[in-house]
Amino acid sequence: MIPVVFEYKKANSVEEALASLASGGEGKLLAGGYSLIPAMKLRLNQPSLLIDIGDIPALKGIREGDGEIVINAGTTHNDILHNDLVQQHLPFFYEAAKLIGDEQVRNRGTMGGSLAHADPAADWPALVLAADATIEITGTSGKRTIKATEFFYGLFSTQLQENEIITAIRVPIPAAGAKSVYLKFENPASRFAIVGCAVLRLPDGKTNIAFTGVADFAFRDAGAEKAVSGKTIDEAAIQEAQNAAVVGVDILSDNFASEEYRKHLAKVYLKRALHAIM
Amino acid sequence: MQIRVKVNGVDYTHEIEPRLLLVHYLREFLHLTGTHVGCDTSICGACTVQVNSKPTKSCTIFAVQANGCEILTVEGLAPNGELHVLQEGFKEMHGLQCGFCTPGILMTMTDYLKNNPNPSEEDIRHALKGHLCRCTGYQNIVKSVQYAAAKIGSKEEVPA
Amino acid sequence: MSTTNGMIGKSVKRVEDKRFITGKGRYTDDIVLPLQTYASFVRSPYAHAKILGVDLEVAKAMPGVVVIYTGADVAAINGVPCGWQVNFKNGDTMKEPKHALLVEDKARYVGDAVAVVIAETREQAKDAAQMVLVDYEELPVTVDAAESVKPEAPLVHDLAPKNICFDWELGNPKEEVDQALADAAHITTLEFVNQRMVANAIEPRSYNAAYDAVSEKYTLYTSTQNPHVIRLLMCAFVLGIPEHKVRVVGPDVGGGFGSKIFHYPEEALLTWATKNINRPIKWTAERTESFITDAHGRDHVTKAEMGFDTTGKILGLRVKTYANLGAYLSTFGPCVPTYLHGTLLQGLYTTPKINVDVTGVFTNTTPVDAYRGAGRPEATYLLERLMDLAAHEMEMDPAELRLRNFIPPFDGVEQPGYQTQVALQYDSGNYEGVLTKGLEMLGYKGFRQKQQEASQNGKLLGVGFSTYIEACGIAPSAVVGSLGARAGLFEVGQVRVQPTGKVSVFTGSHAHGQGHETTFAQVVASKLGIPMEDIDIVHGDTDSVAFGMGTYGSRSLAVGGSAIIRSLEKIIEKGKKIAAHRLEANADDMEFEHGQFTVKGTDKSVSFGDVALTAYVPHIYPKDLEPGLDFSSFYDPANFTYPFGCHIAVVEVEKDTGKVVLQRFIAVDDVGNIINPMIVEGQIHGGVAQGVGQALFEGAEYDSNGQLTNATYMDYCMPRADDFPLFETATQVTPCPHNPLGVKGAGEAGTIGSTPAVVNAVIDALWSGGHQVKDIRMPLTSERVWRAMQTPVNE
Repeated sequence: MIPVVFEYKKANSVEEALASLASGGEGKLLAGGYSLIPAMKLRLNQPSLLIDIGDIPALKGIREGDGEIVINAGTTHNDILHNDLVQQHLPFFYEAAKLIGDEQVRNRGTMGGSLAHADPAADWPALVLAADATIEITGTSGKRTIKATEFFYGLFSTQLQENEIITAIRVPIPAAGAKSVYLKFENPASRFAIVGCAVLRLPDGKTNIAFTGVADFAFRDAGAEKAVSGKTIDEAAIQEAQNAAVVGVDILSDNFASEEYRKHLAKVYLKRALHAIM
Repeated sequence: MQIRVKVNGVDYTHEIEPRLLLVHYLREFLHLTGTHVGCDTSICGACTVQVNSKPTKSCTIFAVQANGCEILTVEGLAPNGELHVLQEGFKEMHGLQCGFCTPGILMTMTDYLKNNPNPSEEDIRHALKGHLCRCTGYQNIVKSVQYAAAKIGSKEEVPA
Repeated sequence: MSTTNGMIGKSVKRVEDKRFITGKGRYTDDIVLPLQTYASFVRSPYAHAKILGVDLEVAKAMPGVVVIYTGADVAAINGVPCGWQVNFKNGDTMKEPKHALLVEDKARYVGDAVAVVIAETREQAKDAAQMVLVDYEELPVTVDAAESVKPEAPLVHDLAPKNICFDWELGNPKEEVDQALADAAHITTLEFVNQRMVANAIEPRSYNAAYDAVSEKYTLYTSTQNPHVIRLLMCAFVLGIPEHKVRVVGPDVGGGFGSKIFHYPEEALLTWATKNINRPIKWTAERTESFITDAHGRDHVTKAEMGFDTTGKILGLRVKTYANLGAYLSTFGPCVPTYLHGTLLQGLYTTPKINVDVTGVFTNTTPVDAYRGAGRPEATYLLERLMDLAAHEMEMDPAELRLRNFIPPFDGVEQPGYQTQVALQYDSGNYEGVLTKGLEMLGYKGFRQKQQEASQNGKLLGVGFSTYIEACGIAPSAVVGSLGARAGLFEVGQVRVQPTGKVSVFTGSHAHGQGHETTFAQVVASKLGIPMEDIDIVHGDTDSVAFGMGTYGSRSLAVGGSAIIRSLEKIIEKGKKIAAHRLEANADDMEFEHGQFTVKGTDKSVSFGDVALTAYVPHIYPKDLEPGLDFSSFYDPANFTYPFGCHIAVVEVEKDTGKVVLQRFIAVDDVGNIINPMIVEGQIHGGVAQGVGQALFEGAEYDSNGQLTNATYMDYCMPRADDFPLFETATQVTPCPHNPLGVKGAGEAGTIGSTPAVVNAVIDALWSGGHQVKDIRMPLTSERVWRAMQTPVNE
């Protein structure tokens, strides 16, 4: 319940935060804190320096850019949930935000924090993957962007470097007529995803399918996508997508869902998701 | 480190360790023991207070993060002795038994009712997701919230 | 009882609520004493390990450390005692190893306390505890009760061969039961696990012990359900300190559900240590610490066989249970699987032959003791699962099968109580009544039709029944004594009428959510004809309340309330003498109603308040009467009480995921007379939620190394608001014939009845889809249900 002693620095700007990160030591960024603080309380995580980026104005807010919705990384789940642009252009982000944690978690947890933490059962990774989003990262040497599809690579592991901050998530606005959905089979205790399935189908038939909760990290399912992309979605195509889904993936196993069951659930949720956008 | 906060309308300044959680600050520095600790993992919600009007689990925020914030705890919900309509609902509908989880639920649901004055039973159950109650089976908590919603509806005004 | 102002049976709003909803409740952790210090425990991370050494050097030098104790420091102190003795079949007493305050040589479960650090702040205590270096040598581990009795299993205690604490049986001779089953046309057999549960009161355990060197008096604030019992056990059995020099206070307590009945080592340790350092010491469990050190519940491995004749009449029941007691005997550990479980296996049925055989087993796990219902849920689960399964197997209707086997109605007055084959005599019952009412509420006639239709839409619908009985109001001291209790189980109620006619009631019962401050006040208000506001209910402090046995086993109103009634009767009797004297009448001619003492057949009367004043200002007063109006009573009931009821669950099962949704839950409970229907209904709701929790969500999961793998709320699934529908409740009233209020107790009914109803409903849903499964292990997670549906379909 009580973390070990640490030093605390409040950053008022991204630059300040970067400077603190660069100052050496085991610095850790604190955004919403809903993953980090419980880990610190259980002493599973013992950073010597916490850099609070929770109140940096530049990290807040959602705006429409050039054919994209830009979600600044410090935007909370609830700010996303209640945002008109999101509701209008990214309805599956809205659906996902609604399913994250609970009211109090949504009030403080942030999208950037969630992506940086890369919990294998978090919701946002599936969404940014399915949406073909780009993640904007700022380091001491400036900004860089990385495709969401290249961002996650392992358990709690991403391309984010130790001296970098996620500053924004750039989500292309799907063309008119696109359909999207996010469905989640919750862990009954933690309410994280045992299986989360995000699907975006563009008017040209291109279909993006991403899973979270299934493996060490969220991923796009190329096999399933191939089975339905550019084709009419009917029962046969769905069956084909189910057959092709979660192949060659190391599937997680825990008290609530064994590897076999999780794999089965992924296919069931894929089917439901595809039905929802038929 | 020094922090300045306004809690239940009163300004405080204290020198604290960065690792001090807000819940411990409220309980031990300000003796506001109505905010409780029921778990270590941000699930039970017994510690919920409002930070700048938003329901927040005070066990998952360091007191230093609340520097400069306005905080409302259960003790500040009905400052002049009259019960908030939701507090009244809990009493009228037997929404509590041991009372340990109650303050946290009050802090979440008073805010919820401001934004959702006419919730369905399902909405209320969804909104209670961040709280564990071991005594009531939640049934009378749902009814307490419904009681408050009905009363707010009939007055056509949302209480603080 | 006669009611004079309509307070009985009324849903009076709770008087205790105001302090809780305004944040003014006072729980143990809220209490900070002058010169407060804080304790943090060093606990074994291994389920079974030799302690080769404890190095305190670094820890002692840490900032703020006051003192550190290890097992060696408390080796001369007794362990915490077990309050109930169960004997082996051959008459030998159970194996009773020491349950030390801190272990010295060996840790026997993950969480066993090895050392305690006491420091100036909680943070400093925790930091230093982390620096206590313990040298462990890991030993092989045994976790499962049935496995632990095998010869190859590691020994938890050298004094208990094969890890057996006791083997015990009850009922008819086994040969008779064997014969009854041999004669049966059909035998339904069920092998199952009643899984281990964690009580999870949302307030973690918390203690604050202080010592006053001048008066030589100790004070212990403790989150307990029974302060006097803690004082007695701690003083007389552990620390050997004089009881009159110890005050134990159970202030507001945030839920108990059994887990706060027991005397825990931390209570005695803090009380012992506070004198050494002459400063108060506080300890509050962290949640994960609660998970691994609060006594757990249930954990039975059982094989049950029930034999029927061709008409569905039960001929016999044979039960073998391995009960996991954990690493040490908790206060009532041995009693739960025996006298609170075996004795309930008659259920509501006329089963003529019953034999139950229970082996109590030590394992490398957290001690197991009473959890809401305690033994009775296990018995009910066993019987009610058998009944629904037998109905499926014999292709009978489960409601009809029960009706054929119910004990006929009896009121315990005109008709005698029902003598069971397993040592109890039921007080009164009308079992058909609750089932009939439940079926009406369900709309059973149309249900099977709906079940057929649902199956077409990817969902399976199921209904499950449970008709239960429990033994509550625990109870006659002579009876429990003969069954092994090492204490009496009476209750104390003192009524002090103040000179102004206001009334203070001191009860040995302890409220931690049950609303005694309201219910008891209703009883008093009714009996004395005075307003509720004039009554104060005092509980939870050994310095205020003469004595008490506390609150558990749904006993507060039936036993504690009866004690108050006895004192009220004495008050009224004395009041009549005082009033008669004032009115120059004969005391025998006085009657008391609506707060007035009246000479029968006249309009001459004097009010209760005037009589109270006269008792304290005895100027005009009977010569042979003492002044004052203050009576205490010890009530020891004639029997247990036997609440019963019918619970019905309707579930929907998703065919493709196995996810179970509880659609409806119907509870018809007969808890005897009801003082406050609102509070009774609330008790049922909470009980049902816990019972449904066991069926669908909860369960302690140990791995083979003895690690509790789900010791946080991220992993142990606590039911939430969106897991339940609105429960549909109703009551029937069959008064208890042997206590003055006619009440039976309502605290555990919901938990006892509900679990099998839900599991039966899921099994029924699966049978309706052609999956003829006998059992799914609780909790019925989606995966387990899904797996059960992967069995071949029998059309």
